Amino acid sequence: MTDQNAYTRRQFLRSGLAMVSTVSTVPIFLSRSSSVLAQSTGILPSNPGVPEDRVLVVIQLSGGNDGLNTVIPYGFDDYYKNRSGIAVREKELIQLDMQTGIGLHPSLRPISEMVGDGLAGIVQGVGYPNPIRSHFASMDVWHMGDTLSNKGEGWVGRAMDSLHDKEDTALSCISLGSEAPLATMGKVVKPVTFEKPEMFRWSGRDLHEALSESYDELNQSSAVMDESDPAAFILRTAMDAQVASERVRKAVNQKPVTQFPANGLARQLKMVASMIKAELPTRVFYVAMGGFDTHANQTAQHARLLDEFAQSVSAFYSELKATGHQSRVVTIAFSEFGRRVKQNASSGTDHGTAGPMFVFGEHVTPGLIGTHPSLQDLDDGDLKYQIDFRSVYASVLDNWMKIDSTATLGKAYKHAGVLKV
Amino acid sequence: MKTSLSPINREAFGPREARHLLLRAGFGAGPGEISTLVDAGLDEAVDELIKDAKTEEPADLPKVDPDVVRPFTQDEREAFARARRENDEAARSEIRRRLNEQRAEDRRMLGELRRWWVGLMIDTPTPLREKLVLLWHSHFASRHRNVRDTYLMYQQNQMFREHAAGNFGKLAKAVVHDPAMLKFLNNDQNFKRKPNENLAREFMELFTLGEGNYSENDIKQGAKALTGYHVEDNDFVFNENRHDDSKKTVLGETGNMDGDDFVDVLLDQPACPRYIALKLYRHFVADLPDYLDEVPKENREVVERLALMLKKNGYKIGPVLKRVFKSEHFYDEQIVGKKIKSPTQLVIGTARTLGTPTRSTGTLSDGLSAMGQELFDPPSVAGWCGGRSWINTSTLFTRQNVCTYLITGKDPRQKKWDRKAVNYDPMLLLAGVDSRESEPVVDHFVGFMLGDHTPMARREPLYKFMRERDKGVTKDSLIGLLTLITAMPEYQLC
Repeated sequence: MTDQNAYTRRQFLRSGLAMVSTVSTVPIFLSRSSSVLAQSTGILPSNPGVPEDRVLVVIQLSGGNDGLNTVIPYGFDDYYKNRSGIAVREKELIQLDMQTGIGLHPSLRPISEMVGDGLAGIVQGVGYPNPIRSHFASMDVWHMGDTLSNKGEGWVGRAMDSLHDKEDTALSCISLGSEAPLATMGKVVKPVTFEKPEMFRWSGRDLHEALSESYDELNQSSAVMDESDPAAFILRTAMDAQVASERVRKAVNQKPVTQFPANGLARQLKMVASMIKAELPTRVFYVAMGGFDTHANQTAQHARLLDEFAQSVSAFYSELKATGHQSRVVTIAFSEFGRRVKQNASSGTDHGTAGPMFVFGEHVTPGLIGTHPSLQDLDDGDLKYQIDFRSVYASVLDNWMKIDSTATLGKAYKHAGVLKV
Repeated sequence: MKTSLSPINREAFGPREARHLLLRAGFGAGPGEISTLVDAGLDEAVDELIKDAKTEEPADLPKVDPDVVRPFTQDEREAFARARRENDEAARSEIRRRLNEQRAEDRRMLGELRRWWVGLMIDTPTPLREKLVLLWHSHFASRHRNVRDTYLMYQQNQMFREHAAGNFGKLAKAVVHDPAMLKFLNNDQNFKRKPNENLAREFMELFTLGEGNYSENDIKQGAKALTGYHVEDNDFVFNENRHDDSKKTVLGETGNMDGDDFVDVLLDQPACPRYIALKLYRHFVADLPDYLDEVPKENREVVERLALMLKKNGYKIGPVLKRVFKSEHFYDEQIVGKKIKSPTQLVIGTARTLGTPTRSTGTLSDGLSAMGQELFDPPSVAGWCGGRSWINTSTLFTRQNVCTYLITGKDPRQKKWDRKAVNYDPMLLLAGVDSRESEPVVDHFVGFMLGDHTPMARREPLYKFMRERDKGVTKDSLIGLLTLITAMPEYQLC
């Protein structure tokens, strides 16, 4: 499929969307983010083709991805003026919106193909008021989804908390990495977190086989337990942990049918695909890739990062499709901030503000969502955000996860229109 | 449950009590220290613990450079202003590059600070002191992520150490003068003309009174009192020009109060000793809800009495702890072995109790983070919740695996394990135990690792494991036994 075809199909899908939704029918490229942000009514549970056992995957791009060299406003003169050393040339990039002059970095070809297949949307200029340029502090804002609260809880965790009375939440959220991200920490529900599946088990098993048998004996009970006793509570958790460990490790040991690239994000998404295929009762998977803090000589580095991202996501959706689970999975990808409009003297970019978010899956609004922030109307050299990231969370929570976004985010946010309604 | 705070009978202070005291007033200890404490007797044991907590200085200090994060010099400030005025992106970028280098160096130093504290907790002759530092770190919680200055976090940590078993009133005063806290709660931006309420609010809500014991207006007035409490370089500075010297009324008290006077008003509130007594009680005695109203009646009565004592002693911590550590209540069977170990208690306690090699303090500190207790970065200004919030399916495996790491040297992140890495002989812990039969040996370890209250049925799989070892009780079979005991649910309790 050529780019031109991809573009046309995206346009078709977008206009089809405009007809079924109550959103205004102005041409997409002229539509302001405000009209795209119209409150949606939610996907009804009875909608055909929309499964009930829905999964959300969150991909964190740590370090501050350079949004301007990811979703490239080549049609804006100021792009080339500010970035003479690192700009992507028009003929190299992948056209997305020729009218405004927006294209994708050449490494994102797999994602442009997903746009063409109606599987990828790109939310432009996502950020929040009074942006913070510290990695940790800004990441905390994205994780908590609330700049005011400081309770050590994240938006996914709070969403999972709301399910706690209704279902077993032991495996509701799985995060891959050495520590549970703040986003996934609820007051009650904590994620299952592991870096490698072999670490999600007792390591004493590797020492001597005799130990496994005794360990299993010590960590199970057939007696009815009084969980007001802390020992019984821990024993119950230990038994849950054994079951979860076995299910998870059994799931990730399955070989995928798709060839995944050999990189960190792909390894994580390969595990996620296996766990989805194994139908674990998991609603949210959280993965991360780092390295986006490109202060110097960023061109080759950034191309490699985007390549890793795009190839991994593409393989992930191929696998989901091949195993028949594609329609169950929506994925969002974010970074804690974008970078400054003007490049620095080391052929890199420094910490900035707004940037694009990606959404993937059969049910997302494909193509560009919202408008690109101006490169002239800046806030001290930084982009002004167009869409609050919590509007994206709200869409996903209400319309995909069926979890009340107002309760989760502490406030009602307009939906960002990232899902087909 | 016994709720009496009268001391137990002197004769009743045996290995069970000594073990409990060492776990709760410290991180735990092996059979040698337990019997030394029994010999010393209750009074001397407790009195020494409290005395030590006040006097000893840590021997080795971490390599933390006070100047890694520093304010701009006059020249730099001018250069920065000029670059900004003239929109000189190259010059601005250069400044940002230098700042980034500073941050990277500061984060490296943070790792050093964490490793230092982990090492200190393992080696210190005064564990009660470190246990109190940990309490104050969680009570007056500041986060490096927001403060972004390792040296200030180190200073704060030393300040907690200085006041550890001292006087809560003095500690609270020190906290409104503490640069890390002033930065963390934005009091460095609290000006007469533009008050910032963050520190005043948290001081009442989380540090002294608890929710519901003050009004929004008290916060506004308190914030005024705290104006001008700022930071210059690494030190507290009272910025008189930025201080609001007008009359304020906080909780019914009126005067031209400053930040110290504000703290005095809070210390005079009846809610304050109650709130602090509950904090002490939750840290040393039992896992309870953090609101007194939700605490079971029997425990609440004890907390109320401790609050009175705290008030009567002018907020001195030592006498209150002394009373607790000698009391019938403290040694009641519903208290002993019923508290969930914090990750720090678990890791430091395992190293101290078993006398394992320290291994890598970096790996241990990473382990603490994975278990949810990232030192110098508590989850929020409310500190760590503690109790059951420590335990879930992931943290439980991490807890077990870090213990395995201490005992065997097997890094939980590596599949491979070299037997030579063990470098540890638990046979040394059998000193004074004559028998080499499975049962008495297992009972000995269960006794000091899990407590004598461990039921027979729970010991059975351990006996069986030991009986089935061809060579009987050896270094290797004991290593196996220890990894099993540390992987038992009961080992998570103290």
